[in-house]
Amino acid sequence: MALEIIESCVNCWACEPLCPSKAIYEAKPHFLIDTSKCTECASDFADPQCATICPIEGAILNEDGVPLNPPGSLTGIPLLKLAA
Amino acid sequence: MPLAHIQANPSGGYNVQLPVINNPVADTSSGGCSAGSCGTTNDQMSHLPEHIRQKVFNHPCYSEEAHHYFARMHVAVAPACNIQCNYCNRKYDCANESRPGVVSELHHPVQAVKKVLAVAATIPQMTVLGIAGPGDPLANPERTFATFRMLSEQAPDIKLCVSTNGLSLPEHIEELSKYNIDHVTITINCVDPDVGAQIYPWIFWKNKRIKGREASAILIEQQQRGLEMLVAKGILVKVNSVLIPGVNDKHLQEVSKIVKAKGAFLHNVMPLISEAEHGTYYGLTGQRGPTNEELQTLQDACAGDMNMMRHCRQCRADAVGMLGEDRGAEFTMDKIEAMEINYPEAMKMRAEVHAAINEELESKRLAKEMQSQLVSIQSIKPKIETRPVLMAIATKGGGLINEHFGHAGEFLIYEASSSGVRFIGHRKTTPYCEGGDTCGDGESVLDKTLKVLAGCEAVLCSKVGYEPWGPLEAAGIRPNGEHAMEAIEDAIVAVYEEMRIAGKLEVKVTEQQKVA
Repeated sequence: MALEIIESCVNCWACEPLCPSKAIYEAKPHFLIDTSKCTECASDFADPQCATICPIEGAILNEDGVPLNPPGSLTGIPLLKLAA
Repeated sequence: MPLAHIQANPSGGYNVQLPVINNPVADTSSGGCSAGSCGTTNDQMSHLPEHIRQKVFNHPCYSEEAHHYFARMHVAVAPACNIQCNYCNRKYDCANESRPGVVSELHHPVQAVKKVLAVAATIPQMTVLGIAGPGDPLANPERTFATFRMLSEQAPDIKLCVSTNGLSLPEHIEELSKYNIDHVTITINCVDPDVGAQIYPWIFWKNKRIKGREASAILIEQQQRGLEMLVAKGILVKVNSVLIPGVNDKHLQEVSKIVKAKGAFLHNVMPLISEAEHGTYYGLTGQRGPTNEELQTLQDACAGDMNMMRHCRQCRADAVGMLGEDRGAEFTMDKIEAMEINYPEAMKMRAEVHAAINEELESKRLAKEMQSQLVSIQSIKPKIETRPVLMAIATKGGGLINEHFGHAGEFLIYEASSSGVRFIGHRKTTPYCEGGDTCGDGESVLDKTLKVLAGCEAVLCSKVGYEPWGPLEAAGIRPNGEHAMEAIEDAIVAVYEEMRIAGKLEVKVTEQQKVA
């Protein structure tokens, strides 16, 4: 049970200090999550902290590869506009 | 372009020209303009108590005049943000963009300090260091405060300021008050959560992402509490607001009243920057920015309640240099690594440069004062009331008309009237002729400039070419190169007087002129 940061990450550092398991680390070209440490915040918070502050839709995936913040969910930008 | 508070930049002030305010200057309502009695800085600073003026001394962001002499820089040490604003795209970074929240290079605090020392040693006019993002500085407290701590120790001659969206401001007041920080800018776009719900889609608060009205209710409460706590600590607070037509345009007058009542000393209303290619919510959904006229109208409406900043350039979060210029490319990390900086030595040189600038400003002030006394004698003669006229100025700085029309990337807009000359703001354009390559586009660029100068009846520059002359005249904007190298306000007074003698300023003409 672990989350994953993918290439759309913009390296804004917002998630790193929030992780209760210290699973997030700076890497090139973008931050990564140590899968052996990540607990998805299960025992610490109601919501996984990294995905709760992340401003980039689609940058953090769950174990099934599904984005925790799907397109349009954070900015409210209509999907048609996003695609354009 | 990231972050929330982004449309913020640091501010400060300036005391050298301020004594003018206390002088027995000409009664401006009785006609006759004097630069001393109706100059730009009075607008911004005249209501400030002396202890605040002392604090905001030599801050380029606070006065139209000071920014010609002093420079500022921002360091991009704070990438994280705790809110989302609809005018911000967190993915954005482009070296060709000069607007808030955009940066090219993110710095760790140690690098940032090195950069500040390098810039301060190279550009001695640099008096102010701000942290303004690209995220929210107080959402990155370790990096922000580490930078301030080192700078307070190593460069005590640099003023520090910080901009924030205010969400985590209350919890950081104690820490803020420890350093050489006497200005904090809070971006406050609303005091009504229903308005806020149209500006902020979410905030991160107590380990949860909160959306909608509830989010802006919390944000507003934190901003107002932070403002009150800063004022109680004696830290100066400037408020930035982004003017979003149809969202908070009417509401901002109320914001202005409230923040003034709570003790903010300046209110800076800035236009929304919104282009589809920026990828922001507003940009992609067709929310437009205000016109120059809308911005001016609102600034005028708020000015009764609050000192307004009209020359704000909405700097990038890593801007370096005088306002309106960006010398960031000279100070990239690889270039800084190669520099040897002896800061204690540099500080001596800087002190000399600052003293020379202050001396120049003081002599200018005295000259203005004498002139204003002359004018007050002249103004005994009864004068007919004349209508206000907007004029555009091409300048490279120093308070002079010293830029070619075709090279101007922006124009300063002044209003001359029977009660004096007042600075209205600056309007950006693309230089009509940047040189060989872009001259082919000359026509469309000129069209843009004509649009930018809408409402102005004269453009004063050091030189203006034959080609733009006709289109300018046809648009009702008289090109004027006769006052090259003269002081801006003196030249405006002269041109206004010529217009008066030519009978172009009778009040009854107003409607006609507006149509033209």
